Amino acid sequence: MSVDAVFRIAGLRKSFGPIQVLGGVSLDLHAGEVAVLMGANGAGKSTLVRVVSGVYARDGGTITLEGKDFAPETPADAMRSGVVTVHQNINDGVVMALDVATNLTLDRLNGTGAKFLFNPRRVRRQAREVADRMGLEISLDAEISELSLADRQMVAIARAMAHEPKVLILDEPTSSLSSAEANRLFSVIDRLRQEGVAILYISHRMSDIRRLADRIICLRDGGISGTFDIKPLDYEGAVNAMLGQKVDLGQVAVKDADRTVFAATNLRIAPGAAPFSMELGDGEIVAVTGLVGVGKTALAETLFGHRQPLGGAMTLRGKRYAPRSTGEAIAEGVFLVAKDRADSGIVQDFNIYENMSLPFLSRISRLGVSRRIAERNMARDRIADLGIVCRTERDEMSTLSGGNQQKVMVARWMTQPANLFILDEPFQGVDIAARRDIAAKLRASAAGRATIIFVTELDEALETADRILVMSEHSIVGEHRNADVDIDQLLAEIAGRSHRGAA
Amino acid sequence: MTLRDIAIRYGFIALLVGLIVFFTLATDGFASPQAAVFIFQSVAITGVLALGVTATLVVGGFDLSIGSVATTAMMASAYVLVVLEQNALVAVLACLAIGVIVGLINGVLIVYMRVPDLLATLGMMFLLVGLQRIPTEGRSIATGMTMPDGSVANGTFSPAFLALGRHRFDFFIPSLIPVSVVVLLVLAVLIWFFLEYTRFGRMMYAVGSNPKAAELAGAPVKAYKIWAYVISGVFASIGGILLAARLGRGDIASGNNLLLDAVAAALIGFAVLGAAKPNAFGTTIGALFVGVLLQGLTMMNAPYYTQDFVKGVVLVVALVFTFALSHRGRS
Repeated sequence: MSVDAVFRIAGLRKSFGPIQVLGGVSLDLHAGEVAVLMGANGAGKSTLVRVVSGVYARDGGTITLEGKDFAPETPADAMRSGVVTVHQNINDGVVMALDVATNLTLDRLNGTGAKFLFNPRRVRRQAREVADRMGLEISLDAEISELSLADRQMVAIARAMAHEPKVLILDEPTSSLSSAEANRLFSVIDRLRQEGVAILYISHRMSDIRRLADRIICLRDGGISGTFDIKPLDYEGAVNAMLGQKVDLGQVAVKDADRTVFAATNLRIAPGAAPFSMELGDGEIVAVTGLVGVGKTALAETLFGHRQPLGGAMTLRGKRYAPRSTGEAIAEGVFLVAKDRADSGIVQDFNIYENMSLPFLSRISRLGVSRRIAERNMARDRIADLGIVCRTERDEMSTLSGGNQQKVMVARWMTQPANLFILDEPFQGVDIAARRDIAAKLRASAAGRATIIFVTELDEALETADRILVMSEHSIVGEHRNADVDIDQLLAEIAGRSHRGAA
Repeated sequence: MTLRDIAIRYGFIALLVGLIVFFTLATDGFASPQAAVFIFQSVAITGVLALGVTATLVVGGFDLSIGSVATTAMMASAYVLVVLEQNALVAVLACLAIGVIVGLINGVLIVYMRVPDLLATLGMMFLLVGLQRIPTEGRSIATGMTMPDGSVANGTFSPAFLALGRHRFDFFIPSLIPVSVVVLLVLAVLIWFFLEYTRFGRMMYAVGSNPKAAELAGAPVKAYKIWAYVISGVFASIGGILLAARLGRGDIASGNNLLLDAVAAALIGFAVLGAAKPNAFGTTIGALFVGVLLQGLTMMNAPYYTQDFVKGVVLVVALVFTFALSHRGRS
């Protein structure tokens, strides 16, 4: 790129308390170019966006816009300077109760110079100008709540464009759009690119990236792990830089499964997804890996009866297995350590032992009366077993570190023997030591059940599993025995050979 | 344990003991068995309702319809006894059925129709306040009343039914403890045991604290929520039975304060022993606290119209205890 960068970030740092989220990020954006920012969960993408859009103040580093220092104090400040952000949650960008015209001109209702009286005719005139510039084909009278998600997204972007930005940041704009809707968004982005806007497009959807990217920047653990700008772009290299491999391989003594414990045939978990089959054997740990949003959690929840499959059949130890509720799955010995423990695992009002006994109260209780002494003994055993750092089993969950909280969540489901043990992102928000402990415990206790873990980070699959399945577009597209894995092949499968909606 | 923790944990109990000591010294006859029983009796009906609403608070809901369920049950029992001329057992069963049905409807509205709990039970409150007036065209029910069609209702409140409101058990002193107080104490122990010591109660707390985690732990979350409203409805209808038996007629104008008093007792209960969550023991203490305060003030000749103000002050102080001081309120 011979042109000077419009927007330049250099050595950007941001910490929350002792945790450093961004450790010296540098990147340039050029006019008329779409730069795609890729990064796994927790890589620091959202923090980067929030610093740039004026939500957080930066701790260090410089940001310049057209050569001048850029230090917005509020989001409105950033917007006025010409750096406009469309956030991931579409409904944050529009006001549901108002019509399209008012939404398009909403930002003019605030700030200096805004008139006291609300003049509908003036608003409509201004809204018409904004809509025409963007080629927006939505009735200005429509209520936002009547519009599809894609139309709302268009309104949010049009509203952002009303500020005539020099830099536009789109944070995972297609995460809730269908492919036809996404294509409409892409043509708008093409148009903006031609008008000379510098665009930072955040996504980990390979199909979006193939369609739009002029340049790919990979973020990993708060730093830039790769920049790709030579055409044709090296997509697999970008995925590798995003997911990374820090650990040397061959740590796992790979076991092959004996008997089949669980089998699924022609399972379909999303409309339009290809059916797939899989078998899980006694004593083996199978990791399912793939990018965010390819259906890993949907599969985990299907196995656990929290979600019903659209087609296909499952068997558990040779018998038909079709749980209609999580309770039925648990009764059959199928346990799930759900992802996002704060949201879907921990009962905040309960202490450690109450959290551990939660799913098995009916087994521990006698005539419906819970037996706290038995619960506490059970919890003490698990605390010792997994090396959970706490004072007693009656400690509050909030006093534990993230790794120890996760150990409690895993321990909860290890108090009873399982047939199929499912763990969805068990290493999320867990320090490396706790991660090793949990993985070692899973491997040591694997005999007698089938274990399946769902992980986005490739490292986690490589250091835990006997077998790795690759998921893409809500289906399983690859299988590897975790010994001498063909990493290039694996990454190609993750990056997706076929892709959605490329025009 | 720091001083602050002790204050949060035992502050409210200490305040209750302090009040009792103060009133004992300041008035004549406050510390007699009769006065103590009177306090219990004065809070028995609101206490029963408060225990019911505690169940809905535990699952993270709220029931505004309890007051009108109680008055509807009162009117229904009077109607069954006086107009339909049935016996006490039929009247009691009819009331309990009303409690179950209203609880089920509340639960279904909230769980399946996704109406927010406050709004669903507010709507139900309105509906019941209106419904209980329809059979008698808005009149109170008493023996000898004229019905809308001109006939005279000749049924009576049977002695067995009236005994629920007026009989007193011997307890060291003859004829000391009224039935309503026994009912309050029995229900308090029952619901306390249920919430603290059975797996169902524990699951209800889990549902209230993190419904998604409870569901992923295999709990039928919807069923637990509906059950909580059924418990609340049944307790409120028991309160209504006690009210009818005490009054001896179906009084269209009584029971106005039941909802606010019961909710206040349950919320004051959050502050007892620093629980910072709904709990049966706290609810009972909360109801007694209000009873002690009002009885003491009455004996010190405080005018009746200051009562609601005093209750409000107690409630606000208790809420500050719960949310501002305790660690749990903050998380």
